[in-house]
Amino acid sequence: MSNIITILFNGISEGCLIFLMASSLSIILGLMGVVNFAHGTLFLWGAYVFGWIYNLTGSFLLAIVAAIVVGFGLGFLFEKVFISRVYGNVSAQIMVTLGLQIVFTEICRVFWGAQQIVVARPPFLSGNSNIGGVIIIHYRVFLILIGVLVAVGVQLILSRSRIGMVIRAGVQNPNMVDALGINIKRYFTIVFACGAALAGLGGALYAPLNGTLNSTMGASTQLMAFIVVVVGGMGSFVGSAIGSLFLGIMVALIAWLVPSLSLIAPALLMALVLIFKPSGLFGLAVKK
Amino acid sequence: MSLLKATNLVSNIGLFTILNGVNIEINQGEAVAILGRNGAGKTTFLRSVMGQVNVREGSIVLDGEDITNIRPYKISHKGVGYCPEDYGVFDSLSIEENLLLAKHEKDSATQDRINYVLDLFPDLKLANKRLAKTLSGGQRQMLSVGRSLVNENKIILIDEPSKGLAPVVIEKMAIALKEISKTSTILLVEQNFNMACAVADRYYIIDEGRTVNDGMMKDLISNKELQQKHLGL
Repeated sequence: MSNIITILFNGISEGCLIFLMASSLSIILGLMGVVNFAHGTLFLWGAYVFGWIYNLTGSFLLAIVAAIVVGFGLGFLFEKVFISRVYGNVSAQIMVTLGLQIVFTEICRVFWGAQQIVVARPPFLSGNSNIGGVIIIHYRVFLILIGVLVAVGVQLILSRSRIGMVIRAGVQNPNMVDALGINIKRYFTIVFACGAALAGLGGALYAPLNGTLNSTMGASTQLMAFIVVVVGGMGSFVGSAIGSLFLGIMVALIAWLVPSLSLIAPALLMALVLIFKPSGLFGLAVKK
Repeated sequence: MSLLKATNLVSNIGLFTILNGVNIEINQGEAVAILGRNGAGKTTFLRSVMGQVNVREGSIVLDGEDITNIRPYKISHKGVGYCPEDYGVFDSLSIEENLLLAKHEKDSATQDRINYVLDLFPDLKLANKRLAKTLSGGQRQMLSVGRSLVNENKIILIDEPSKGLAPVVIEKMAIALKEISKTSTILLVEQNFNMACAVADRYYIIDEGRTVNDGMMKDLISNKELQQKHLGL
């Protein structure tokens, strides 16, 4: 029993990390219709910037802030310079964002080398506790807390603020939002940059969990995020939250019960959702 | 001077030329109907005015200012309200949020106009906090029209306000539009001839992308031959 609770706990914390990637990917896809294959690179940059600053200064907070700022900056650059030119053209978006993924992953290698970089957990978050046989890793508790904080914060912004109102409306019909006198393209830039900042945060939080950095980790996390977007429904924030938790727990359980299936299980789940509910479990009727 | 003037308008959607010489002039305070058969180019004309369809030739001038091919949000800020054919209501927003989203200013005059909309359409007032996805077709149309009144617009473009509505709702909508036309300039695209007659003072007929006839609504009502020729009535 204690094993199951530990695995559930680990699954939830993994789900929180996936959520940081998937929620922004989902809103970007829902609002802007952009299939962003560069999202994994933003995660990767977040992780490397975190590792670099943290190893250099020893300040966990400064490293986290730096990862968020770099993610935001790169997202702003990507949208303004590249993605804004290919709105409405999905094939071009795929080519452009895949190109960005390759180029910026290589730049990452040029800056920090191809060798793995070790990133330790900060002392105040390292270690674990044994509560009735259940092993609780402190850093995973921290991940869950951050995940909940981000989820609540973003949900509050979406439901209570004007920018949230614009995003919710824009996911359904961006042309009509524009016709109401709102410069939707400016919101596209803001949302894309904020989404990139969330991906950067995800990378930063992942680095100490994994313990090492390597340049392929962006792609694998991105794949999980895309699966969550399909399962949860594009443009649905709640869908991406529930989808992330579900996927995190499912992968953790399958890895324990049937390890050989743990790699294909997420893809199988995505296939089932596409067959029986192509709009995703919480997908909105979107109009492009 | 006219409030809105479209001159020799040519617009494409993809490779297809939809408008091929539209000339329309609307004066301050008028209610004008654009009539024509299905596929004549009426909706494309409104979308061209709104900046949603690219104008290849010709010009659109609003209150002396050229607004041809500028971005829709800028056109909206120049005083053009727009109610599209499919209402353009946001399902995931409440009625109140749909109205608030359209606000350009936060002044008391805007709040007064929102109150006016809620008085004009009591259905919206009663269900103010409800999500728009729960509204009926008539209520969605009310919300769409009401939203175009939130700002002090120079002109309101309304695309087929009677489409898909029950006769009794069409009658209510016609009364509301007539009321709105007392204080606002209205450009109405309409297939329902009775609705157009109830609201508009003047008309233009578009056929195969061209304006082919215009005049006073009362003259068209009495001219059965013209109705038959261009509208198939």
